[in-house]
Amino acid sequence: MLPVLWFWIVAVMIAMYVVLDGFDLGAGAIHLAVARNDEERRMMLRSIGPVWDGNEVWLLAGGGALYFAFPALYASSFSGFYLPLMVVLWLLILRGTSVEFRSHIRNDVWRPMWDVIFSASSLLLAVFFGAALGNVVRGVPLNQEGEFFLPLWTNFQPGPEPGILDWYTILVGVFALCTLVQHGALWVAYKTPDPVRERSRAIARFCWYAVAALTVLVTIVSFRIQPHLADSFSKWPAGYVFPALAVASLAAVFVFQRRQDDLKAFLASALYIVGMLTSVVFGVFPMVLPANSDPALSLTIYNASAPEYGLRVGLWWFTPGILIAAFYFWFLYRRFAGKVRIESEGY
Amino acid sequence: MDIALDIHRLHFAFTVTFHYLFVQLTLGLALLIFILKTLALKTGDEHYNQAVRFWAKIFAVNFALGVVTGIPMEFQFGTNWSRFSKAAGGVIGHTLAMEGLYAFFLESSFLGLLLYGEKILGRVGHWFAALAVWLGSWLSGYLIVATNAWMQRPTGYRLGPGGEILLDSWWSLVFNDWALWQYAHTITGGVITGAFVMSGVGALYLLLKKQEDFARTFLRLGVTVGVIASIVALFPTGDQQGMLVARHQPATLAAMEAHFTTGEAAPMFILGQPDVERRRIDNPFLVPGMLSFITSKRWDAEVKGLDAFSQDQWPTNIPLLYYGFHIMVGLGTIFIAIMAISFIQLRRGKLFESRPLLWILLFASPLPYVANTAGWMTAELGRQPWLIYGLMRTTEGSSAHVSSGNAMFTLLGFMGMYTLLLMLGLFMIWREIDHGPRPAQAPAPAAPLPAAQV
Repeated sequence: MLPVLWFWIVAVMIAMYVVLDGFDLGAGAIHLAVARNDEERRMMLRSIGPVWDGNEVWLLAGGGALYFAFPALYASSFSGFYLPLMVVLWLLILRGTSVEFRSHIRNDVWRPMWDVIFSASSLLLAVFFGAALGNVVRGVPLNQEGEFFLPLWTNFQPGPEPGILDWYTILVGVFALCTLVQHGALWVAYKTPDPVRERSRAIARFCWYAVAALTVLVTIVSFRIQPHLADSFSKWPAGYVFPALAVASLAAVFVFQRRQDDLKAFLASALYIVGMLTSVVFGVFPMVLPANSDPALSLTIYNASAPEYGLRVGLWWFTPGILIAAFYFWFLYRRFAGKVRIESEGY
Repeated sequence: MDIALDIHRLHFAFTVTFHYLFVQLTLGLALLIFILKTLALKTGDEHYNQAVRFWAKIFAVNFALGVVTGIPMEFQFGTNWSRFSKAAGGVIGHTLAMEGLYAFFLESSFLGLLLYGEKILGRVGHWFAALAVWLGSWLSGYLIVATNAWMQRPTGYRLGPGGEILLDSWWSLVFNDWALWQYAHTITGGVITGAFVMSGVGALYLLLKKQEDFARTFLRLGVTVGVIASIVALFPTGDQQGMLVARHQPATLAAMEAHFTTGEAAPMFILGQPDVERRRIDNPFLVPGMLSFITSKRWDAEVKGLDAFSQDQWPTNIPLLYYGFHIMVGLGTIFIAIMAISFIQLRRGKLFESRPLLWILLFASPLPYVANTAGWMTAELGRQPWLIYGLMRTTEGSSAHVSSGNAMFTLLGFMGMYTLLLMLGLFMIWREIDHGPRPAQAPAPAAPLPAAQV
């Protein structure tokens, strides 16, 4: 029971990360396109300024929970995904540095340089996170000890010796990019005045069609790549609630976009992301890292979890901690509600 | 295989050493900024608020570099040390995850408010943000030190039937007595860095005859905090840390001092080069009986030498361990001297006119970085050949499937990227110091008023 509970806690924390850091990654990806002069770009950074750092902490907190609750999964996946994780780290370093350093010096070499680094690293992070999810769905060549190592690419086929990047994971990466660009654009539209708002809305409207088309395509392909997904849904039909949430939320994004209600469209997009991620997680369950060779070698919540004492005592410190963190976020986002103002302090 | 292990070790050593350059200043400045903010709140003097804004800018650059170089640390347990993580993740994952949940959320939420929220928060709210950032960074430090302390002296675990390490008592993991003293010692080291940097900036301004009112504030605060921290680093924290090493890692203690032969009234070497092959110290300059006194408070006590332990228990890099320890202790002694003299001159009202002392404070300001780095090298090299002392050897912990070529690739990547970051960081911090604390910026040019458009 405890492994199941921790599995869902980790899943929800990672979903929180994708929803929260997702919008600032998406905002970064469209930074150069929607903000064309220094003032507009400062506005973009302010729209994520006080929160992006905290959003990123969800990745660390989720990773930490994964570490103590499922040490075997953490060890196997982090060393197996060694190269893409290192690339992700470099991108996170470049991105964090660009947000914080850009504002310190005002000239026409310094700021545009950081703008490009910020935007490119955000965009690549979205693709890599998507590809990572694709790898988990497709499965990896786990050995008897539950270990593996994947090169960045082999022949771009999701066959018995795949790389991190094959046509399937790249497809998921592009899907993730479109989803997060839509998500980020809706956030920026909510936080900024025209003309940045109008440009962001246009991007979000365009992305909606791409997201809708890719949702169908990636779903069909995923069920072929990972047959276990179908098993889960036929075994527990209640699980259809997750894809239903995704579909309904995606429809809601469309409706709220047409009504020009940016905040509600953004929240619907957040629910869409939660719906998609929980669908994947539910489909893969109880595996946490499928083996693509022999399903019996897969890491599951049972063979990868820490013993019961650790999971139980973990709940004792986790529960108050997450409530306090939720309070900080409530306070921070409330302080920071509404449109950004360029004359206030910062960036 | 062997070279892969060396690269994995260097990978962690390089990234963590670099990360800690920023962490130590964060730990020190977080406290000093909080003190300045408290002075501002108590006296209502705008001077202190300006000082806070100045240091907050330096803090921001430093903190950002600490954050971006810190994220790779959490990942590297899994990427480069997967066998260790698989074995010990169920234990140390607790302290690491608590750091994320309790410390990082606190710091990241309030840092933005400290940097940019002065107007919206008001005086008390802004003071509270400074407090939250200070507490967050110090809490983060505790949980990381507790993780390291468990590797130095594992407690609160039991071994399962297959030899696997199982958490048995969360309480003894989190409140390991090694962690308490190591933390006190580590935090003091960070405060020393902050105090020396603040005093150094103050000294620089006085020598340049600019920003002199701020210079005096920085020197007063830096020297006062610096003298306390320098003494506390030696006694009680350094002293207690040494006793813990003597009790729980006796082979490490012998190697730190290059004490090859067991004997009574063991000396301590002030200078000298260890020759591990011939088991002796070249060019010794020593204090007789000092090592005996430090470890058991008796000048004639017996101290076990390396000969009392089989060679497979010896730390693997004895010369570097010896130098790390001696550099830390030597610099620590110098810090006490510099800060004590400065403090006496400050009390006598002569510090601000004493140019030689100001020069010394200026040039001493980078030295705590060296001492802190040397201190961590002592702790980490001293733990060898163990990854978890007595439980798991370093050779057994690295990722088996990450080849030397892949590890070298990312090590070089980090080296290149961090070199650039360091240059940028120094450049930006120097810019802020050069500008100095300024009065609050005049409001941005107002938007054209409706009346003006008529």
